[in-house]
Amino acid sequence: MLVYMIRRFGQSLFAIAAMALLVFVGVYAIGNPVDILISPEATELDREAQIIRLGLDKPLWEQFLLYVVNVARGDLGNSFVYGTPALTLILQRLPATLELALVALAISVFLGVPLGVIAGLRPDTAAGRSIMAGSILGFSLPNFWQGMMLILIFAVILGWLPAGGRGTTADVLGLQLSIFTRDGLAHLILPAINLALFKLSLVIRLARAATREVALQDYVKFARAKGLSERRIVLVHILKTIMIPITTVLGLELASMIAFGIVTETVFSWPGMGKLLIDSIELLDRPVIVAYLMLTVFMIVMINLVVDVLYAVLDPRINLKDVTT
Amino acid sequence: MSDTALDSVNLDEPARGARPGGSLKRILARLFEDRLALIGFALVAITAVAAIAAPLIAPQNPYDLAGLDIMDGGLAPGSQSMAGKTYWLGTDEQGRDMLSAIVYGLRVSLYVAGSATLIALAVGMAMGISAAYFGRFADTAIMRIADLQLGFPPILIALILLAVLGRGIDKVILALVLTQWAYYARVVRGSALVENQKDYVAAARCLALSDIRIMARHLLPNCLPPLIVVATVQIAHAISLEATLSFLGVGVPITEPSLGLLIANGYDYLLSGRYWVAVFPGVALLLIIVGVNLVGDRLRDILNPRLQK
Repeated sequence: MLVYMIRRFGQSLFAIAAMALLVFVGVYAIGNPVDILISPEATELDREAQIIRLGLDKPLWEQFLLYVVNVARGDLGNSFVYGTPALTLILQRLPATLELALVALAISVFLGVPLGVIAGLRPDTAAGRSIMAGSILGFSLPNFWQGMMLILIFAVILGWLPAGGRGTTADVLGLQLSIFTRDGLAHLILPAINLALFKLSLVIRLARAATREVALQDYVKFARAKGLSERRIVLVHILKTIMIPITTVLGLELASMIAFGIVTETVFSWPGMGKLLIDSIELLDRPVIVAYLMLTVFMIVMINLVVDVLYAVLDPRINLKDVTT
Repeated sequence: MSDTALDSVNLDEPARGARPGGSLKRILARLFEDRLALIGFALVAITAVAAIAAPLIAPQNPYDLAGLDIMDGGLAPGSQSMAGKTYWLGTDEQGRDMLSAIVYGLRVSLYVAGSATLIALAVGMAMGISAAYFGRFADTAIMRIADLQLGFPPILIALILLAVLGRGIDKVILALVLTQWAYYARVVRGSALVENQKDYVAAARCLALSDIRIMARHLLPNCLPPLIVVATVQIAHAISLEATLSFLGVGVPITEPSLGLLIANGYDYLLSGRYWVAVFPGVALLLIIVGVNLVGDRLRDILNPRLQK
């Protein structure tokens, strides 16, 4: 177990290092770092000072060392637009993004697992078929368009919910969260549904496939033969088994939710990291783009690591000695 | 080719005969047994034909600025133009007929997604087969890169790449290829590893056929069926991803609007109630993706040996 964890940790470090190297090559070796790291609106004097401060007059290998040290210290440059450190700027937006991703994840699990189990137990009934048809639709709807349709229906036509923004936030443990105020919750509903729909379809399919497989296993048949109630069979014997694959996939999907948050945040003007990224791309605020990339890569690698280790702990069938991924 | 007659007759035959899932004809026949898959196939066929024949069937050339009448701007679906024409799906701000814009947009969307999928398929197949065939270092190197990449959400990879490279149809295709090749490589490697152990490959090796010939003529045909399923699903992903990138403003240029860019354009008018500019291109997008997914779902059932009775 320990050997596996160390190896897995080493791979994560390698992934981060590879990404850092790619970014360095992209910024310093291919492009002109002066154009990328120094605002085009800076004066000539300012420019000279910046070049010296960033060490761009030094040889490439020295620049690389400096870059590594800076990245390790969390110094990823200042935003051209706001003039503040890019990393701080992104970290300020992090709670909004995480709140949205976690609420969406909760929706997809608490709605998706029951629906998937129903579809798996009764695949040939009208209910089972319509759940599956719904999940194909959920897979097919392009995320951003579906969000716009939610706005059109619930904000423009019906006028029930606000079309964008975060609403009033409450201070919880030093974090600004929307979910604890009435107004914030109203702002949260549409983006959360928008982000959840794709994962919801995924969870439904996973749960359905797993249930179909598990329902034929001997221990389930035995539980039936023993005369246990259907409720107990489903809630204890089936649910417990199918949660293993679902948990792992969802762990990995959390990473993609943070990435897909970019789309949802743009559609709903949700002030998270993703919206910041798109705004920065439009404004050519490159330090923020680079910082976003580094931070997201770090987060995703960490999530993947935790999920893999959890999976190994949860499922004793995994062979820890010979894992290649 | 200097191969003997014996070689070309006997050696490639067992490989073809052993192809799982049966011939293409049989697969198609089984595909059409399912009503949903038939609907899906029809949707895909209709949109593909509409995209190819766009200049013939579109009522207007949406790129020809001289043909646009600003007086017809922002008309609701079904209203009459100044010249007495009917705009079935309404017009945008510049008086562009939405139906024509959608048909032309389909062209861009399908061209980008289709060519990206084909290129990614070729790259992924080459990588996956080489990894399985040569093993050792090639295998480790190729699959490590693929795994590393699959750990990241495709949209993130594409977005960052385009943020650096800028807009452009070729750049979007490049980004889509980069996000997709690893899926194909992994699937091909999986089936090629199994095939590589079989006698016909050993026989081919004994005859000292070239590596390339063994890979292309013997291994590849036997690795195709699972790949077809992945490719169908990936086309849907590619169409959706391209639309998303264009919506976010890093995709195709404004001069060649895809469906995603048309929708982005409609976003600004959504709150003022001119819904049609955003809704109809989205419906077109949805129809293609649903169609492709329906076909893909059915193909998966047909080609999955575990579900075969």
